[in-house]
Amino acid sequence: MIKKRIICAVSVLLVLAALLWSATLVLEPKYASQSREGNLVAEYYGEVDAGNTHQVLFVGDCEVYESFVPAVLWEKYGITSYVRGSAQQLIWQSYYLLEEMLKYETPEVVVFNVLSMKYGDPQNEAYNRMTLDGMRWSKSKIGAINASMTDEETFASYIFTLLRYHSRWSELSGEDFKYMLSRPQVAYNGYMIQTGIKPMESEREGDELFDYTLPSVSFDYLDKMRELCAEKGIELVLIKSPTNTWKYWWYDEWDKQICDYAEQYGLDYYNFIDNEEIGIDWSTDTYDGGVHLNVFGAEKMTDHFGKLLVKQYGLESLKNDPDIAKVWDKKLSEYKTAKQDMMEVSVKASSSRQ
Amino acid sequence: MSFASISFIIFLGATLLLYYLVPKRAQWWVLLAASYIFYFAAGSWYLPFIIFTTLSSYAVARLMANNSSRESAYIAENRENMDKDARKAYKAGQKKKRFHILLVGIVLNFGILAVLKYTGFALHNVNALIGVFGGVKLGIPSLILPLGISFYTFQTMGYLIDVYRGKTEAEKNVFRLALFVAFFPQLVQGPISRHSDLASQLYAPHRAEWGNIVPGMIRICWGFFKKLVVADTVMIVIKEIVSDTGKYGGAYVLFLIIAYSVEIYADFTGGIDVTIGIGEAMGIKIAENFNRPFASTSTKEYWNRWHITMGSWFTDYVFYPLSITKSMQRLSKWSRAHLGNAVGKRVPVYTATIITWFLTGLWHGASWNFIVWGLLNCLVILISQECQPLYNKLNKRFPRLTKSTFWTLYLRAQTFMIMGTIRILDVYRNVPVTFKMLGSIFYDGRGWQSFLSGGMLSLGLDISAFIVVAVGILLMLAVSEISSRGDRPLKNRLADKPLAAFGCMAILIFAILIFGSYGIGFDASQFIYTQF
Repeated sequence: MIKKRIICAVSVLLVLAALLWSATLVLEPKYASQSREGNLVAEYYGEVDAGNTHQVLFVGDCEVYESFVPAVLWEKYGITSYVRGSAQQLIWQSYYLLEEMLKYETPEVVVFNVLSMKYGDPQNEAYNRMTLDGMRWSKSKIGAINASMTDEETFASYIFTLLRYHSRWSELSGEDFKYMLSRPQVAYNGYMIQTGIKPMESEREGDELFDYTLPSVSFDYLDKMRELCAEKGIELVLIKSPTNTWKYWWYDEWDKQICDYAEQYGLDYYNFIDNEEIGIDWSTDTYDGGVHLNVFGAEKMTDHFGKLLVKQYGLESLKNDPDIAKVWDKKLSEYKTAKQDMMEVSVKASSSRQ
Repeated sequence: MSFASISFIIFLGATLLLYYLVPKRAQWWVLLAASYIFYFAAGSWYLPFIIFTTLSSYAVARLMANNSSRESAYIAENRENMDKDARKAYKAGQKKKRFHILLVGIVLNFGILAVLKYTGFALHNVNALIGVFGGVKLGIPSLILPLGISFYTFQTMGYLIDVYRGKTEAEKNVFRLALFVAFFPQLVQGPISRHSDLASQLYAPHRAEWGNIVPGMIRICWGFFKKLVVADTVMIVIKEIVSDTGKYGGAYVLFLIIAYSVEIYADFTGGIDVTIGIGEAMGIKIAENFNRPFASTSTKEYWNRWHITMGSWFTDYVFYPLSITKSMQRLSKWSRAHLGNAVGKRVPVYTATIITWFLTGLWHGASWNFIVWGLLNCLVILISQECQPLYNKLNKRFPRLTKSTFWTLYLRAQTFMIMGTIRILDVYRNVPVTFKMLGSIFYDGRGWQSFLSGGMLSLGLDISAFIVVAVGILLMLAVSEISSRGDRPLKNRLADKPLAAFGCMAILIFAILIFGSYGIGFDASQFIYTQF
């Protein structure tokens, strides 16, 4: 009798576990046609599993994955790179993602976009999810979750994502079944193509703040990033992407604090806002009124930054390495095809609107 | 630590494991430690209150027990020197002493409950009076309300009264009493157990038996299903309807009556299922608190089936003692003499009933809503009682009709709607608003029109969620119906077939995890009765 009971218990438990696992796969958001940024963080593992390493790693929020095009950096300068950014990626998330990446590879340069320095507290559960769900389980992921959770979140829901996404059962679509085992590719080495054009209209500056001091916790994590890079002999470069709309205004007071920090620790800091050398045209190079660059703006930004990487940091072209060139030429070709396809879609969409 | 939380599930699993791993004589220590950890997790500031209740009740019970022992010893020693009258007088004197000791215990503990739970309410009313007559309003202190204080205070005072009445032994070990007071499964929402029923089970050794653990686990799963899949989902609709009284009148209020009845049933019975299931998994039989209340054909029957332990507490410790007090006897005599026999004999019973229901309402919450709720229940019960001769005539005149299934179903529906209508005093912010909204059922045509043109689907749940709730309700009805048949509870019958038992648990767990209203976007709240 006891044997029968044990067999029953184990069998039912296995069936239940299989059902819950399947349900998790179906119910997790696929980020295929909406909020595609949710797939960015996880896509990096495909890259490292294929054995690819990079000379440059970009980390930061949306301003990096919409400003730097690794395929263009390769095409023009033979530099290999990856953008590990996600929507509203907070600085502690960037730190833990960098910590994780440096377990897989040791780049020559790490580029960090400083916009997220303005946040001292966890912000938004949905953005947390888009960044953290995609991470593989590691000490870095645990650290990132603990640092990022808002009051309403629980650690258990990161382990068992069904606890978070169970309520999606009533909004499932074909996409959820189609991509339950493998997610769609949304980016090209972390760069997400945006081909739309929506000119910057407002000249309005950001609202006045009560206190312009950047949170100390942001500097704590910047210290950690700096120390991490120093340990591995990696050059840490701080940048501020060229976008500067009133909603995401980069204040001079903030800029000064970053400049002071960079000077104190001998880091390079480039603020690309109002940098005319890049050649950004705000009437054509942004897809959302100046909040982010579109592909045309990003290619200009990448070209400009590539020159810097070669000139200031002596990065050499790897185009002569046939193995690397084979992989990257393929990446470049895929990027160009995708860009072309998306541009055609954009043109069709805009002509149908007219 | 809410029952409906992962931390509680882990805590429960660890407690159960430890409970069966330690030597049997130490099992009750595990329960005591777990109960205090559970209570500490709820709020460290709550602990002094429950400790005070435990220590004061221990002291009061011991003093009464010592007095009884001395009384017996004295009578035994002086049996030859005392005649019957002297013994009677001595006993009466000692009983009075014990009564005074009891009174100290009751005043102290109910005093704490009264101060913490009712000070704000009392001061609000005083301020309302001051507002009418003019004057400086009083400040209202913000007092903490320890979790489950109404439940553990009532249970412990029941114990003291039982010790006084000689119905149960005074506990000699203070830690054992501490476990009876703080036993964690029933600490926050009852049931209100009797010491004579529960205590010995708490301290007795229990073997890990299939016949206890599996039915207990099935009941725990069933309780969580009711709470998370049905109650908390329906609560979304209730919150929406109550949030905008201007928008949701007419048919919405009628819908609210039904929805809130379903919600509170699923919530409260779900919580009790979890409690009893935990007890059962530990080999401890906790008192049943419900017996298919919506199968009641009258309000009186309903109150014999709903929150049974609270009802019997008020009957045994308030209604009966109140009915036989000297002042009530004097009132009885006076009313019979001045109002005639027919009215006179009703006056004391009615007075005791009204006081009991007033206190029942007050126990549920410090607001006029609950007091009016209690008094309305009382009114319906008294009217039904008065109408009994009419029902009897009807039964005689139409025996076939009144014995038909149709008539039973009609009476059930009538009782359901009457109790549901009174119950919505729980959800609206005050008594006038409640009555205004009830009135809107008859005059708010706009509300009816909006509801009938699909307004139900604008209450925060889509059609698929309503289907899940409907399936949940049908399941609850089916389980209730099947459980009422057969000589053993359904879960015990299921436990005989291992595959069925585990399959049933697996289906419930799957349904809870997928369809439950928990996590971000939902307010998987505490069980409703934890606030009382």
